[in-house]
Amino acid sequence: MSLSPDAVLAGLKEIVEEVAGIPAASIELGKNFTDDLDVDSLSMVEVVVAAEERFGVKIPDDKVTELATVGDAVNFIVNAAK
Amino acid sequence: MNKRRVVVTGLGATTPLGGDVESTWAALIAGKSGVRTLQGEWVSSIPVSIGAPIAVEPIEVMDRVETRRLDRSEQFALIASREAWQDAGKPEIDKERLGVVIASGIGGVITLLDAYDVLKTKGARLVSPHTVPMLMPNGPAANVGLELGAKAGVHTPVSACASGAEAIGYALEMIRNNRADVVLAGGVEAAIHALPMAGFASMKALSTRNDEPEKASRPYDINRDGFVLGEGGGILVLEEYEHAIARGAKIYAEIAGQGLTSDGYHIAAPDPEGSGVKRAIEIALADAGLTTKDIVHLNAHATSTPAGDVAEASALVGAFGDEISHVTVSATKSMTGHLLGGAGAIEAIFVVLALHHRLAPPTINVDELDPAVKLDVVMNVARPLPAGPIAALNDSFGFGGHNVVLAVKSYEGK
Repeated sequence: MSLSPDAVLAGLKEIVEEVAGIPAASIELGKNFTDDLDVDSLSMVEVVVAAEERFGVKIPDDKVTELATVGDAVNFIVNAAK
Repeated sequence: MNKRRVVVTGLGATTPLGGDVESTWAALIAGKSGVRTLQGEWVSSIPVSIGAPIAVEPIEVMDRVETRRLDRSEQFALIASREAWQDAGKPEIDKERLGVVIASGIGGVITLLDAYDVLKTKGARLVSPHTVPMLMPNGPAANVGLELGAKAGVHTPVSACASGAEAIGYALEMIRNNRADVVLAGGVEAAIHALPMAGFASMKALSTRNDEPEKASRPYDINRDGFVLGEGGGILVLEEYEHAIARGAKIYAEIAGQGLTSDGYHIAAPDPEGSGVKRAIEIALADAGLTTKDIVHLNAHATSTPAGDVAEASALVGAFGDEISHVTVSATKSMTGHLLGGAGAIEAIFVVLALHHRLAPPTINVDELDPAVKLDVVMNVARPLPAGPIAALNDSFGFGGHNVVLAVKSYEGK
């Protein structure tokens, strides 16, 4: 199943808003989860698990640390779903 | 060396009677019951369908994202602490001189049980990373300590239903021993859930007066049949006296002493001789520099169990002798239900306010006083307390045989 980057971004916005209370409108591809969106390490685990459920992909723990920005996460999920 | 004196400069609470101290106190003095029929699918699975849930849900006063990473007991602690800190005037103090001591009887039991349901039905991957910080019993104290940046020490004494009072006693010693100048102290509990209720019901500890919720909690009444489980909590800002005076703080009362003993008798039943309670009272009075002659009011532990109320009443008569005649006794669990680890804290607040406002709260639902209770119970209607320097005690006891008595003096402006 392939996913469009736009669809993944829209889904991630909903997840981050639910988990961290960041308004979806302020979540952009260039935003850093930790520095810009204030998503701490525990909440990042929640985001990852919710994203796996939603997009039907597996995000290994050793990859999570590489997902610094929203764009990194979108790219990883799109590629993983191909 | 003279002991450093400790006064109360701020109060906060969220209880079955109100979402803050003012509304709780107003309902308490009016003799309102916070007990009602519980809602939820699980209620029909246990033999008790009544309880005393808090009056104002946390989501009404907290951010949604904040609530989802905090156990309900932690939410109560933050709500009550924010009110207490505001009430104290949000003092600017050296954080290394600021402490937090907040107790809980059971900890994040609802989080624990809900997370176990997730583990069983959805698997380990979906167990929230917030689970452990939410279920740990020191979570309420830790979260309040984090919010205020407290660095003198953050502590959580656990002694079942005496926990909240023990926390206040611990804070008293932190200030006396010069570890801190200001300490937020109190207790919280959030355990209205099928499992703890089933456990208490199996002990035959809970009232089964399901058809008359508001009549179910009836300490000292001849027809009492057990306690009603409540939830919520209370926080007091304790402050070293000179520190409070120097910043012109409002002073409610003085926490003058504490007495701690243990029964060494039974895991749940009260010692019928009541010697542990008697000794705790004697120790608290001596610690406060008071005698039985000085005490005009007492907030009893009195949970509405057949054995417990009488054992405590007998111990009080034993400790006070003839001096018991001038002690007006209030059993406020008749209105709040039993908040377990939160009980000693909200009842300490009630004692502080009783001295401050010179008004002893009523004990409701005493239709026929148990003749074995030879106390001057403030039955059904609040009663004035005398002017001038007065003092009161707060009794708290817990499963395990823990006895905690706090001695509180009125503040007369010096």
